[in-house]
Amino acid sequence: MKRTLRVIVLRDLLLAMRRRADVATTLFFFVIVASLFPLGVGPEPKLLRAMAPGIVWVAALLASMLSLERLFAADYADGSLEQLVLAPEPLVLVVIGKVLAHWLVSGLPLVLISPVIALQYDLPAEAIVTLLLALLLGTPLLSLIGAIGAALTVGVRGGGVLISLLVLPLYVPVLIFGAGAVDASTIGMEAGGHLSILGALLLLGMVLAPWATAAALRISLE
Amino acid sequence: MKLNWFKYASPVTFYPLAGKLIPWFALAAAGLTLAGLYLSFFVAPTDFQQGESYRIIFIHVPAAWMSMFIYVVMAAWAAAGLIFNTRLSSMMASALAPTGALFTFIALWTGALWGKPTWGAWWVWDARLTSELILLFLYIGFMALHAAIDDPRRADRASAVLALVGVVNVPIIYFSVKWWNTLHQGASVSMTMAPKMAATMLLGMLIMALACWMYSIAAALARVRCIILEREQQAEWVANLSREST
Repeated sequence: MKRTLRVIVLRDLLLAMRRRADVATTLFFFVIVASLFPLGVGPEPKLLRAMAPGIVWVAALLASMLSLERLFAADYADGSLEQLVLAPEPLVLVVIGKVLAHWLVSGLPLVLISPVIALQYDLPAEAIVTLLLALLLGTPLLSLIGAIGAALTVGVRGGGVLISLLVLPLYVPVLIFGAGAVDASTIGMEAGGHLSILGALLLLGMVLAPWATAAALRISLE
Repeated sequence: MKLNWFKYASPVTFYPLAGKLIPWFALAAAGLTLAGLYLSFFVAPTDFQQGESYRIIFIHVPAAWMSMFIYVVMAAWAAAGLIFNTRLSSMMASALAPTGALFTFIALWTGALWGKPTWGAWWVWDARLTSELILLFLYIGFMALHAAIDDPRRADRASAVLALVGVVNVPIIYFSVKWWNTLHQGASVSMTMAPKMAATMLLGMLIMALACWMYSIAAALARVRCIILEREQQAEWVANLSREST
């Protein structure tokens, strides 16, 4: 069990390392989207501080959604996804491994760069810590939910646009509690409640989402 | 007499049954709509706070009820199709989706029309409005996924998974939007109605809700008949059908 998980994660990480540009694209997309907002709404610091949590989270949502297509598409194209489904190891485990690798490649970099963006928006120090924590809890959840959408659209024409339609409505709770946590600590309130709910949602997602993803993959590969 | 519950699980037997049922449900829908509209426009008293504009409630609330209820029914049919691998269940799910989306849209639209005179704004980010909007996105996602996959059986199964994921998510989305709304204290409007509703108002609303039910059933049955014909066009009984009618 542990070995399967490790092999899958290492394999996907290795593949991602071979195509470093893809990883960088997601990261820079996140940075660019977050930097466009001040140009659109004006440089007023008070306004930007109020909008920062929402902007960072929406940018993270979009960036993680953009990278979803890569989760299964390449493996589907070269046939290795079919082999993984046929393998004697439980498919749920394979899915967990792939989602974990996907998060390490596309979610974790966003978490790590987010303090820089928070500084651009002049967020107070406590709020930056909360933002880090919230993104740390929220981005794996985005990868878990997104994996369902990615599995459903494997090999479907126009899959990339379709994923956004399927996945973005399901991201709403993550956005609300993620941005809510940062919002709360910006105005000096306790963010623990929001973070707890995000954690609870993450646990729920970890239990349920891999099963749905595995079922969707089986359907897509019939 | 022993009833065979699965007799009508086959498109061959269900097709004529649906054809026989549609006129009854359509008639009931028309009759109930007339009665409901009469009650709501001529019998129900004018609201002392909102004046005549409150009368939009008679379509708004039934549409909102139906939009949520149809999603659950659709997901239940989709689940049945996934579990028992019955074609007709999945066809029912995809036949219900447009009706559900229509009611969601009507609920949003009439809500906007109602909001303007009473709150002074077409749209507020109220918890119910927002979750209703997300419900519309879920319906659209279901239909888009179904339309994007060419093989109908695979489309059925894939969209069934999506519908089930949606059903798990709808309560989460609803409560998160609700908490978000109370935390932000954005618009200080409440959609809760006056505690005491005149009995005729309630009656009018319930009759209109029943009319919407009947309409939904008739529309879904009519649509499922089309889907059956489309999918079973190679079957012999469909060929016989067209021969009989000419």
